[in-house]
Amino acid sequence: MYDVIIVGAGVTGCAVARELSRYRVKACVIEKEEDVCCGTSKANSAIVHAGFDAKTGSNMARYNLEGNALMGELAEELDFPFKRNGSLVVCLEKDSLEKLTELYERGVNNGVKNLRILGREELIRMEPNISDEALAALYAPTGGIVCPFQLTIALAENAYTNGVAFQFNTKVLHIEQEHEGYTIKTNKGICKTKMLINAAGVYGDEIHNMVSKEKITIIPRAGEYCLLDKKAGNHVHHTVFQLPGRYGKGVLVTPTVHGNLLMGPTAVDITDKEGTNTTKEGLEAVLKMAGNGVKNIPNRLMITSFAGLRAHEKRHDFIIEEVTDAPGFIDCVGIESPGLTSAPAIGRRVSEMIREYLSLSGNPDFTAARKGMISMRRLSPVEREAVMEKNPAYGAIVCRCEMISEGEIIDAIRRPLGARSLDGVKRRTRAGAGRCQSGFCSPKVMEIIAGELGMKAEEVTKCGGESKVIAGRK
Amino acid sequence: MEQRHLTCIGCPLGCRLTVKLEREKILSVTGNTCKRGEEYAKKEVTSPTRILTTTVRIEGGRYPVVPVKTERDIPKDKIRDCMEELKAVLLHAPVKVGDVVMHNAGHTGVNVVATSNCCLFHEEK
Amino acid sequence: MKQIQHTELVIIGGGPAGLSAALSAKENGIGQITIIEREQEPGGILNQCIHNGFGLHTFKEELTGPEYALRYIAGVLKYDITILTDTMAVSVTKDKLITAVNKRDGLITIQAKAVILAMGCRERPRGALNIPGFRPAGIYSAGTAQRLINREGLMPGKEVVILGSGDIGLIMARRMTLEGAAVKLVAELMPYSGGLKRNIVQCLEDFQIPLRLSHTVTEIHGRERVEGVTIARVNREGRVIEGTEEYITCDTLLLSVGLIPENELSFEMGIELDSVTNGPVVNQKLETGLGGVFACGNVLHVHDLVDYVSQEAALAGKNAAGYLQGPSNEKLTEGESGNEIGIRPGKGVRYTVPHKIMYKDMEDKVIIRFRTDNIYEKCKLAMYFDDSLIQSADKLMVTPGEMESCVLKRELLNKYPETREIEFRIEVE
Repeated sequence: MYDVIIVGAGVTGCAVARELSRYRVKACVIEKEEDVCCGTSKANSAIVHAGFDAKTGSNMARYNLEGNALMGELAEELDFPFKRNGSLVVCLEKDSLEKLTELYERGVNNGVKNLRILGREELIRMEPNISDEALAALYAPTGGIVCPFQLTIALAENAYTNGVAFQFNTKVLHIEQEHEGYTIKTNKGICKTKMLINAAGVYGDEIHNMVSKEKITIIPRAGEYCLLDKKAGNHVHHTVFQLPGRYGKGVLVTPTVHGNLLMGPTAVDITDKEGTNTTKEGLEAVLKMAGNGVKNIPNRLMITSFAGLRAHEKRHDFIIEEVTDAPGFIDCVGIESPGLTSAPAIGRRVSEMIREYLSLSGNPDFTAARKGMISMRRLSPVEREAVMEKNPAYGAIVCRCEMISEGEIIDAIRRPLGARSLDGVKRRTRAGAGRCQSGFCSPKVMEIIAGELGMKAEEVTKCGGESKVIAGRK
Repeated sequence: MEQRHLTCIGCPLGCRLTVKLEREKILSVTGNTCKRGEEYAKKEVTSPTRILTTTVRIEGGRYPVVPVKTERDIPKDKIRDCMEELKAVLLHAPVKVGDVVMHNAGHTGVNVVATSNCCLFHEEK
Repeated sequence: MKQIQHTELVIIGGGPAGLSAALSAKENGIGQITIIEREQEPGGILNQCIHNGFGLHTFKEELTGPEYALRYIAGVLKYDITILTDTMAVSVTKDKLITAVNKRDGLITIQAKAVILAMGCRERPRGALNIPGFRPAGIYSAGTAQRLINREGLMPGKEVVILGSGDIGLIMARRMTLEGAAVKLVAELMPYSGGLKRNIVQCLEDFQIPLRLSHTVTEIHGRERVEGVTIARVNREGRVIEGTEEYITCDTLLLSVGLIPENELSFEMGIELDSVTNGPVVNQKLETGLGGVFACGNVLHVHDLVDYVSQEAALAGKNAAGYLQGPSNEKLTEGESGNEIGIRPGKGVRYTVPHKIMYKDMEDKVIIRFRTDNIYEKCKLAMYFDDSLIQSADKLMVTPGEMESCVLKRELLNKYPETREIEFRIEVE
C-alpha cells in the first residue's frame, strides 16, 4: 500500500513528487510513457512567465507569480538552465495602446514587479529586429526562459534520489475508490494507495472521471512551433509576445536557454489527445505571425518544427483541489500555460495538502540539491581538462552540432531514471537536438544505448513503444 | 519487330533512345545525339552488364560488414543471384582491399573482391 | 593546460578534400602537416559510399568510394603527415590557434601558420523542409541510412519512400532494393532530377522504381514508427496542387534533399560566407578572407564528383604551401595585391567559385566552377568583362545537378588590364 500515487511524470507530477520527498512517505509516480517529460512538458514555449497575463485572483495568477519567484533558487538547487531574459509584449497598432495599459495594470495587480511600458525608441534599442510597426511594449524584466526537459528531469531525479519510486510504461486503466484509499488497475498490475494525485495532463479528465461523479472535460489545445538554428539565437534577446489585435493573438518569438530561436504556438482545439502532429496550416501560421512582431527572421535556418498539447479546461484556470466526492484524490488539472512556470509552486501547494491529509513528518534524509549532468560545452578549458582526466569518454565528441561527448551520453543513461531511448538521450544531453537533427550522431548514440543497456541495436527505440529505429540486420 | 526505349547515360543530355530489334538483331538506333549513344544502346539491348557493389558480413573486425564489388561487370540479370550467394558469406578479419571474398559469383566467372581494409577490432591501421 | 603544439599547416577534415590538400602541400615542400579527423579513420564520407563510379577523371578507372579514399590514404601514409583521428576540432581562431579534443589526449591546442578548411557538408534535415505530421522513428537522411547499412550492417526499414532525387537518394534506392527492401518510389520536387543520368538508369530504371517528378511529401503518418506518407504533385512554383494527394504505405522515409557545407568553424572565425553556396568567399587561390586560411571540397561548395574535390583541394594545398613559403606571412594589403577582380554570377548562374581574382597573384589560368539555376538546352555560356562580351561557348545542355566549369586564362585578362568585374551568364537564343 502506497501513501501516495502520482499519475503522470510531467513537470507537475514531478514537481509534486519532488516537494513530497521532503517528507517521510511511500510514494510512486506512474507514467504511461517510457520516460519523464513526454507529454505537454516536452513541447511548449519553455517560458517562465512574469505573470501579467493571467486573470487577477485566479489560480493561474497566483501560482505563476509564486512559481516565477521560486524558479531562480530552484535552478541553483537542482542545476538546470534558467535565464531571466525579460519579456516584451509588443503593441503593433494605435487602437491597442489602451489594451497595453490594461495589461500593465493587470500585471501590477497580480503583483508582477518592475513592469514598465516602453516607447518605440527604447524598444528598438533593446530589440533592433522588432517590427517596424511596433509602437510600444510592456516590459517585464522578471520573465525568463528555461529548459523544460532539464527542469522536469531535475525534479524527477531529485524526487527519486529522495525516495520516490517511478514506474514507466504504466497506464492507468481503472480506479476503484475503496473504504480507505484507492485501488488502481494498470497494464502492469494492481496497486493500492491512500492518496491519488491526478497530474495526467491532457488525460486529467479521464483519471478524474474514473472516480468522481462530477465530470470534467480536458480539451487538448494544439500549439505548433518552429525552431531555428543557433545562428539565429541572437535575433531577439527577450521573449517577444504580441499584444492581441488585428493579427489575432499572435505568437511569441524567443531565444531558448540553449541559444536557438523559437517561434509559436498556434492554438487549435482538437479531439485527439495524442495529436502532436504539425500541420501545413499551423506551421505557415507560425511563420507568418512571428514575422508580424519581429522582422527579418531568418526562416531558412529552421531545423525542426513540433506541436504540443495544452490541457485546457473550460474554466481556463488551474484546478488544484481535493475532489469533493473523492477524499484523498487531488486534481492538478487544466494545467495549461503558465503551467511550466507554476510547477514549483503547484508542487509546494499539493505536497502541503498531502502532508496535512496524511499527517506526514519530515524526511531526515532529504537532500535538496541535485547535481546536473556535466555539460562540456558550458565548461572552461581548464574544467574540461579536469573532467577528461578523470574520464576520457568526455573527450570523444559524438554529436558534432551540439558538441556532446560520449561521456555525457553514458552519464544520461546511467544516472537515476536514466535515458532509455534516442529521445531520452536527446532531452538529457541535447545530442541530436542540433542543426543536423541527429543525422550524424544517431548511429553512434544507438550503439552506446545498446551497449549500456545490454540490448541489440534492433531493440533501440526513438521514444519507447514501437518506435524502433532499425528494422533488421544484414 | 520489337522496339525498346532507353535513356542514354553518356552525358547530362540523357537522350531518349529507340532501338528497333528483329529477333535479337538490331535494326536501328534513333534518338541519340552522338556515337556514344548508339554504342550504349547496342550494348544495353544485347548484353547489359553492371558492376555489383554491396557488403558482406565479417567477424572480429572493426565493423560488422566490409564493402565488396564484382571485379568486372556482370550480366545485369545475374545481380540477384550474386546477392543471394553473398548473403551466405561470413568473412573473418582481417581482410585487405582486393582480397577475393568469393570466386565465380553467380556462375558469372567473375570474382568478388573486398573494396576496403577491415582490420581486427583492436588493431590500429 | 597542456603545452601548445606548433605546426606549419593544419587541415581540418580527413575526407577526400583534406587528404588531397595534405598530399599536395607535402609535395610542394611543406614539412609539418597535421590533419584533424573526427571519424576513427580518414576517408570521410567515401568510406560509406561503397558504390562504384569514383575516380574516372583522376585515375582513369572506376573505383568504389573506399578504394578511392585508400589511394589517397596510402599517399598520405607514405609521407610524414600526422593524422589525428577520432578528434574533433572545436574552435579555430583568426590567429590560427586550433583547439581540438579526443579521448586519448583530451584537449589539444595547435598553433598553425596556415589552415585548410576541409570539413565537408551535412544533409538537410526534415525540419528544414517543414514537412507536417508526426515525428515517428523511421525518418532518415539518405546519408544516415547509407552509414547504417554500409558500415553498421543495419537495415533502417523494409518499405521505403525516398524524397529527393539527388545522387545519394538514387544510390540508396538501389542499395536498399539490393538488400531486400521495397523502395516504393522516389519523389522529386523539381520537374527534373538533381542526380546523374547514369544513376537514374542504373539505380531506378534497372529496378523499376518509379521517379515521380514535381512531387513532394506533404505529410508523414504514424506516431511511433512511420506508417505511410502522403505525396502530392506540385505546380511550377513548387506549391502543392490540391486533389493530387496520394497515400503511400511505408515504414521508412529517406530524405535526400540537399547538402549544406559545414561552416560553423568558419563562421565563428569570422570568415565571410557566400549566402548561396553557404561556403567561404574565396579568391583564385581558394584563400578565404583571412590570409593563410584556405577552403576546399564540400565545405567550400557542394560538389557532385569527388574527382573535382580532389583537384580543388590539391590547389588549396599548393597555395597553402605557397603562402607558407612566401616572403612574408603577412596578408598583402589591397594595393599590394594588385587590383581585385570580382567574379559575378549573372543570369542563369547561381554562384561561382572562386568569387574573386587577385590579378597580381594570378597564375596562367584559373578554373571557375559554377552551377546554373535551371536546365538550359542549346545555350551559350557567356563571359563578360565589365559588361562587354569576351567569350562565349556553346553548351548542348546544362543542369543545376551538374557542376560546370570554365577556364580563365591570364593572357586573356592581360588584354583587358582595366577589368574590375567578370560576369558569367547563360544565354538562350
